[in-house]
Amino acid sequence: MAYSNKVIDHYENPRNVGSLDAAEPNVGTALVGAPACGDVMKLQIKVNNAGIIEDAKFKTFGCGSAIASSSLATEWIKGMTVDQAATLRNTQIVEELSLPPVKIHCSVLAEDAIKGAIADYRRKQEQRAENAA
Amino acid sequence: MTLKLPIYMDYHATTPVDPRVLDAMLPYFREDFGNAASRSHPFGWHAEEAVERAREEVAKLIGAVGKEIVWTSGATESDNLAIKGAAEFYHDRGNHIITAVTEHKAVLDTCKRLEKQGFVVTYLPVDSDGRVSPAAVAAAMTDKTIVVSIMLANNEIGTINPVEAIGEVVKSGGAIFHIDAVQGVGKIPFDVNRSRADLVSLSAHKMYGPKGIGALYVRRKPRVRIMPIIDGGGHERGMRSGTLNVPGIVGFAKAAELCRLEMDEEGRRVLALRERLRKGIEARVPNTSVNGSLEHRLPGNLNISFAFVEGEAMMMALKDVAVSSGSACTSASLEPSYVLRALGVGEEMAHSSIRFGLGRFTTEEEVDHVVDVVADKVKKLRDMSPLWELAQSGVDLKSIKWAAH
Repeated sequence: MAYSNKVIDHYENPRNVGSLDAAEPNVGTALVGAPACGDVMKLQIKVNNAGIIEDAKFKTFGCGSAIASSSLATEWIKGMTVDQAATLRNTQIVEELSLPPVKIHCSVLAEDAIKGAIADYRRKQEQRAENAA
Repeated sequence: MTLKLPIYMDYHATTPVDPRVLDAMLPYFREDFGNAASRSHPFGWHAEEAVERAREEVAKLIGAVGKEIVWTSGATESDNLAIKGAAEFYHDRGNHIITAVTEHKAVLDTCKRLEKQGFVVTYLPVDSDGRVSPAAVAAAMTDKTIVVSIMLANNEIGTINPVEAIGEVVKSGGAIFHIDAVQGVGKIPFDVNRSRADLVSLSAHKMYGPKGIGALYVRRKPRVRIMPIIDGGGHERGMRSGTLNVPGIVGFAKAAELCRLEMDEEGRRVLALRERLRKGIEARVPNTSVNGSLEHRLPGNLNISFAFVEGEAMMMALKDVAVSSGSACTSASLEPSYVLRALGVGEEMAHSSIRFGLGRFTTEEEVDHVVDVVADKVKKLRDMSPLWELAQSGVDLKSIKWAAH
């Protein structure tokens, strides 16, 4: 299968590979996918007091398209507010990376990872508010 | 010597045509272009002579005689002709067919079609080494069994089946024994009489011959009969109609001759290269596992899983090395290799497998380069893998509840 140049670029020069401290209250973490299915994504966001995602990191076990989808996702959500990031759709990733139909599930996984990281962050914030109250 | 990129390590998919084979073929595109079925002029006679010489040469490689060779378009056609042809011809004796789950799709899909036509098919499992046991064949045989189809060597993992022992079992049960010998013939010794084969599928392009030409061995003593699947001019004693591919046949014969003469030396050389590759990788990359028996294996095959790294990403990383993977992502079905699954290899390890195929033109420099690239790229991909991170921090991946998607 031929990959688009953007997939190859993200695959060869992945943005934001790494990990944030999942124990920190302003870090949201998601681990989505399954090894048996051939792709697992870990995506983390770090949110500042203004509600802006100031850092995002990923690690992905998966094909080139899965790696590119998660790399692109972290690149896009950095600098967004949490609410803005929550509106990102997998179709935008499909379009940007020119993913063929057989690779659409990679973009779905990336959307799930963003949503999962946001949900984890919000859960932590709610818990914190409860503890404070 | 400078290394020429990309490096070809996919010899199970196809092999380059040996220059000596091409030289043998060329006259049959030019001056000797005749139709082997033209009985009335020298153009036809020359073509026919070449075809009959080729029959003897291909037969010699497998211990057969020329009259037992039927030319086909390739191994897929040979498998179809053998199984459908024998099943139909011997239908009055029974309706049961035995094969194995790790066979090539040309065999499995042929069997599935026959099931729709009322035949009953047993798909034998393989052991964790990837081999079919003669005892399993014996246990599956019934008085209705008419055809048993077992491959000589597997195309993904290179494991070699004990076809001689299986042949004993099949013949004592009175069934027709078909061997898909595509991946083994020309690389390891194979003899139709020692294996008691009735039908054997062969392909030229897996042994440094051209694509588009194959053969089916059909035993004459005692005579084995098949119904043709292509009707027409009655070529090949009625078993396979269609104008013969004379240049292809001549090339196939030259390729067979070279294999017969050079197999011993080449087998040793390729095995040494395969072991250099395996040991090189194992010395530098932790958490790898070879899929299938190392002992009963084609000299040029290395199928290895790199834990925590996905196969397609690995192939993308090895962009200057042509290999293949058992990862789902390389297939349209999104299912990982059915061969690896049949061995009991976990899905995640099947997704992480790479098949290296070495052959006649593989060099030590190429192997050493591939070891370097593999070690480097596996490290890069593991640094990027959440599974590697979890495993390194002591988490048992099986303890995590994964959401299958």
